[in-house]
Amino acid sequence: MTIDHEGVAPAAPPRTEGLVARARGSLQQLLAFGSLIVIIVVFSVWSPYFFTASNLVGILMAATVVGILALGTTFVIIAGGIDLSIGTGMILCGVMTGVFLTYWGWPLWLGVLCGILFGGLIGVINGLNIAFLKIPPFIATLGMMLISAGLSLVISGTKPIYFPDTPGFENLMNWSVIPGARFPLGVVIFLVLVVVAAIILAKTIIGRYAFSIGSNEAATELSGVRVRKWKVTIYGMAGLFVGIAGVLSASRLSSAQPVGGMGLELEAIAAVVIGGTSLQGGRGSIIGTVVGALIVAVLTNGLRVTEVPQEWQSVVVGLVILVAVYFDMLRRRGA
Amino acid sequence: MERKKFAGLVAAGVAAAALALAGCSGGEAEDPTTQPTNTGGGDGGTGEQPYVALISKGFQHQFWQAVKQGAEQAGEEFNVKVTFEGAEEEGNVEQQIQLLQTTLDKHPDALGFAAIDSQAAGPLMDQAKQQGTPVIAFDSGVDSDVPLTTAATDNLAAAAEAAKHMAELIGHEGKIALVVHDQTSVTGVQRRDGFVDYMKANEPKIEIVDIQYSGDPAKAADIAKAMINANPDLKGLYGSNEGAAIGIVHAAQELGLPNGKLVIIGFDSGKDQIDAINSGLMAGAITQNPVGIGYETVKAAVAAIKGETLPKTIDTGFYWYDKTNIDDPKIQAVLYQ
Repeated sequence: MTIDHEGVAPAAPPRTEGLVARARGSLQQLLAFGSLIVIIVVFSVWSPYFFTASNLVGILMAATVVGILALGTTFVIIAGGIDLSIGTGMILCGVMTGVFLTYWGWPLWLGVLCGILFGGLIGVINGLNIAFLKIPPFIATLGMMLISAGLSLVISGTKPIYFPDTPGFENLMNWSVIPGARFPLGVVIFLVLVVVAAIILAKTIIGRYAFSIGSNEAATELSGVRVRKWKVTIYGMAGLFVGIAGVLSASRLSSAQPVGGMGLELEAIAAVVIGGTSLQGGRGSIIGTVVGALIVAVLTNGLRVTEVPQEWQSVVVGLVILVAVYFDMLRRRGA
Repeated sequence: MERKKFAGLVAAGVAAAALALAGCSGGEAEDPTTQPTNTGGGDGGTGEQPYVALISKGFQHQFWQAVKQGAEQAGEEFNVKVTFEGAEEEGNVEQQIQLLQTTLDKHPDALGFAAIDSQAAGPLMDQAKQQGTPVIAFDSGVDSDVPLTTAATDNLAAAAEAAKHMAELIGHEGKIALVVHDQTSVTGVQRRDGFVDYMKANEPKIEIVDIQYSGDPAKAADIAKAMINANPDLKGLYGSNEGAAIGIVHAAQELGLPNGKLVIIGFDSGKDQIDAINSGLMAGAITQNPVGIGYETVKAAVAAIKGETLPKTIDTGFYWYDKTNIDDPKIQAVLYQ
């Protein structure tokens, strides 16, 4: 389609650098995965109620929305950027889905699809601001975060939007896939998205360019890749994940709540970082993000089930993040 | 390069225009339904109508919207201009303090205030006193000598009432847990303590196994699920505000618990709670009188502006409601969707 040397570009410098970096990344993933197992074992011993089917499903469900946000933002972070708008953007997508389905009376599939696409739109706008207007990602997405928060309130009139015309909507998150047992569709969707995201990152050009841009943007540009266009694409794609998270989050509560979301972006970024993706860019993996998200969800749930006072919960999670990032830095200094 | 410059210019132009517009309209989060006899903000009490500004703890829960309604009703009745603003996230102390500062600087004729954190608001309360702006506290009120009165529900008594019904419904023995909406505000503390103290004093066979905190329905749902999983013989759950209660209801639904397996008692109303009570998922709830709170606050503000003396507290009342009395007109008047 273009006359870029698209086939040639990533084969040059970024890739060899990437291989070594990725090996180190694997070590972090092993560490992260090992930690997850350890934490699960500790809580299972501490409380007999932790390792029950019901509770484990509860953990997955609690991890679903943040997990989906984390999946999308993994690409953004690998490409050297950051997106602070994913939390409130998710809420706005939920509200827009409410507008489509309830205010405008669209059929379920159309409203949901457009809710997801709306997330992509937010992502594209972020990408344009960052790539073409050259606004630093932190600022650009911070601004978008505030705009989304405000728009959610304005559009919904500060009231939750319910879904009386489309009763199937709440099933998106809640419907039990295994009759008899409780395995919500939302969790299945999350797991499917994990696989999809992993494939995109490892096997498609978006993934390759994300690594390339993240590890050396100048070199990537010089080898003929249209970096700006791909940045927009990456943010836009991450935005689709935000849209999905928004739809599922509204589905869970059977209502689009116009407030909230602030803080979720940090939880998602924490999951990504704990999983071995570097905030500097150029390195990361989907499985790492999933492990990171699970660590946070397991920790939070475990502390609740063992009735540790809530004040300590955030202290513990914060410490885990610090330790994870510290090890990340140690590793990179070690060569 | 020309294209980049052009894009930059356009962006700058848009930003400048937006700033200019925002400046003109006074930048208040004013709701379009406020009585517009005076034009937009920034007009601190120099017009014909006295200006009463209310700052509440939050904006999101329908509870606050009902308070706003009551306030606006009183505004119409007493012919005062009323504004109602709140922190976007209940619990966001920082934001509320900023809001308070900005509002006080506009020199309203009176201020209505519900503090998220009383200590943090201390200095600004003093400022209000110094500049001669009478302060009427409402809902959580504020722990300070400055306000002339507090229009609120007696949360300790209301929570005790909830505890009384909980005890009755679980047969005066068993394990229960609480999801409280926050740890710092007076309402959070009182709605927890009122409940806990009643149980301690009157129900020795009832054990409170855990108390956790969140007013966000999704987080409250996750918390409630964890508590239910950790205590399979749990008989009851109490949610101290709309968000917490809705979260508990969703948790029960997600776990597939049959109606009545868990006695769920909530606080305030809102569509979700009302539906849950009608369908049997929730046993009942305590409703405050949010419209009354808003109304009494503005009414007291008007009296304060005229220099009248006010009682120390204005009790706006609370009611227990469940399936049996939810259609009672007295109850319907204080419920909100």
